[in-house]
Amino acid sequence: MANQFEMEREMRAEQPGRRITNVLMCSALAFAAFVAIIPLVSVFGYVFLKGFSSVSIEFFTSMPKPVGEIGGGMANALAGTGILVGLAGLVGIPWGLAAGVYLSEYVAAGEKGAGLGGSAIRFAIDMLASIPSIIVGLFVYVLVVMPFKHFSAWAGGLALGILMIPTVARTTEELLKMVPVHVREAGLALGLPRWKVIVHIVLKGSLRPISTGIVLAIARVSGETAPLLFTAFGNQYWSHDLSAPIASLPVQIYTYAVSPFDEWHRQAWAGALVLILFVSSLNLLTRVIIKPSGRAGA
Amino acid sequence: MERHFDEELRKLKTQLLAMAGHVERSIEHAADALVGRAAEAIPNIYELEEEVNREHKSVDEACLRLLALQQPLAADLRLIVAVIKINTDLERMGDQAVNIAHHTERYMADRAKPEVLVDLPEMFSETRFMVREAIDAFVKNDETLARDVLKRDDRVDAFKHKIYSDILKILQSGAKDIEQGFSLILIARNLERIADHATNIAEDVIFAITGSDVRHSPRTGPF
Amino acid sequence: MILKSENLEAWFGETKALKGVGLEFESNTITAIIGPSGCGKSTYIRCLNRLHEETPGARIGGRVLLQGRNIYGPEVDPVLLRRQIGMVFQKPNPFPSMSVYDNVAVGLKLGGIRKKRELDSRVEWSLRLAALWDEVKDKLARPGISLSGGQQQRLCIARALAVKPVVLLMDEPTSALDPVSTARIEELLTDLKKTVTIIIVTHNMQQSARISDKTAFLLMGELVEFGETSALFTTPKDKRTESYITGRFG
Repeated sequence: MANQFEMEREMRAEQPGRRITNVLMCSALAFAAFVAIIPLVSVFGYVFLKGFSSVSIEFFTSMPKPVGEIGGGMANALAGTGILVGLAGLVGIPWGLAAGVYLSEYVAAGEKGAGLGGSAIRFAIDMLASIPSIIVGLFVYVLVVMPFKHFSAWAGGLALGILMIPTVARTTEELLKMVPVHVREAGLALGLPRWKVIVHIVLKGSLRPISTGIVLAIARVSGETAPLLFTAFGNQYWSHDLSAPIASLPVQIYTYAVSPFDEWHRQAWAGALVLILFVSSLNLLTRVIIKPSGRAGA
Repeated sequence: MERHFDEELRKLKTQLLAMAGHVERSIEHAADALVGRAAEAIPNIYELEEEVNREHKSVDEACLRLLALQQPLAADLRLIVAVIKINTDLERMGDQAVNIAHHTERYMADRAKPEVLVDLPEMFSETRFMVREAIDAFVKNDETLARDVLKRDDRVDAFKHKIYSDILKILQSGAKDIEQGFSLILIARNLERIADHATNIAEDVIFAITGSDVRHSPRTGPF
Repeated sequence: MILKSENLEAWFGETKALKGVGLEFESNTITAIIGPSGCGKSTYIRCLNRLHEETPGARIGGRVLLQGRNIYGPEVDPVLLRRQIGMVFQKPNPFPSMSVYDNVAVGLKLGGIRKKRELDSRVEWSLRLAALWDEVKDKLARPGISLSGGQQQRLCIARALAVKPVVLLMDEPTSALDPVSTARIEELLTDLKKTVTIIIVTHNMQQSARISDKTAFLLMGELVEFGETSALFTTPKDKRTESYITGRFG
């Protein structure tokens, strides 16, 4: 038995040195975290400052005015972004979910036969996630715009949808992998076919977190500009035709920002602020979705 | 793999053997008193009886504890159950030795008469042999020894019957020492009881070793 | 005799986990399967409801006969088989984000039974059999995972019973539970065997001694001894059985 007195003495001797190091490290880490937030805060703050005065009801409801005239808004661009995101969802969500389910339930589970094909799919999805968005835009340009000889909302939606697939697939796969094996086994043991177990038990049980992933994917693609330049292109007017070019918020911001007109610059800042608020509120929404179901029963 | 439990079982066996030793000594003193005419051996029997009673209680306590705390199974379980039963048989043997002491005292109250002990010395011998053999069987875990004890029980029974009829003859032929004859008969009965308990012990040993219950089955013996 | 395995072998890839195990199970009895870790007892019962083959690389040899029919026959659909032979797992696993009611009913609903009255009565029947009805009858809409551990496991038992299997397999069902919950489940199993034949894998020998009618001892993929529980625990025939149950190894 070590001498209690000696033990106490040892513990106390280390104290001052340790404590100081601890405090220093904590402060350094806090400082680093603070520094990391600075860009977010400054961007938000700056955009808010520049754009706040220009955001009005008129901004949301009226069409762009011709060059030189004051006023107008980005109603068509807002609607256009909505339509494009909706179309993107039609492409990205089902295919992303399916890929995610396949990767989780068949490939990750190690099914024979899925081995080579599964690795190929996963590789493809990883590559897809890292392809520059402008390339995707060019791809859709060649695939859709050129044969039909005009830009369209379909093309824009397709491009954005393709960009959504990897995010949705990855999120879905990760979340499904978190469902423990024995939940699936319990489903199988009840005499349910595999697909019913996957759809009704595994997927249904992860709906909340998966929808979070989808919302985040939407937030991401709604700000994409480059691919839309070759696909949806942009439009100063309302478009009711999905096979015609369509305005979108990011493209409109871009167009106005690089123009020489002060009025358009003002509108661009307003648009930027709306876009940033939109994306942030989607992010906040996911926190609200997750919170109530986050506490599991004892 | 040696277990703590094995250590506990060894201690239990040792405890039981100590008690068996005391009971054997009691019977030895009883034989000395009656056959060897050594009246001074009698108080020893009463002393040993107190010791045996104490041991009776503590062996039962130890067994109960082991059953509750260790939940023994198979051979361990059979051993502990056997020990509980052997404990009872040993204690009864002790009681019988004390009874023999009482009857011997009464028998020796009138020393004027010549002593006729009929076959009691031989019966004592045989009974003591059975007790020793039964305890040996327990110590050595030896089924053969145990079965030999079972065979000898008939011999002891035969002794008892002979002693009864011998004493009856003596009394019928006119001898007036009815009380003494009575005491001898009772002593014979006590010895026969001791032999029965030795048989029980042998049966319990067989149960502990093999798991078969050989009680109440017809015995094949020399008689 | 309701279920029987003949020379059952099982592999995980190249590793042979079961080396020809033959056992018979009588109707309405509880049979316990005991043995040290890795002896193959879980693998064995997973072969009885064809769950073993769901693991990639797994295969079996030999036959398993349910009421005389080989469950590995080519015409047998494993999905339908598993409605006859149900399973309860070690860790209570109510389906996430489903209520108590839905958990019990899921096997029925997804199996084609839609009528509310029928579902209601089956759910109540199963929960009563699992000795859980009185505790949850007012909480049927609460999430399954809001119950305590012992209640969750009884919920899983009810869920398995709802599809009315003839055999119920249980893989160490109480090993994750506290002693009180364990005792309650043991009590209910003793009643439950009147309705369904139970095969329980357990590493707790006292549990096997308490509730089972017969016990099988497996060691390294082989059946060492099988018999009446009382005989096996008082006078085992095989030295290895004796060593295991008295704690000399394992």
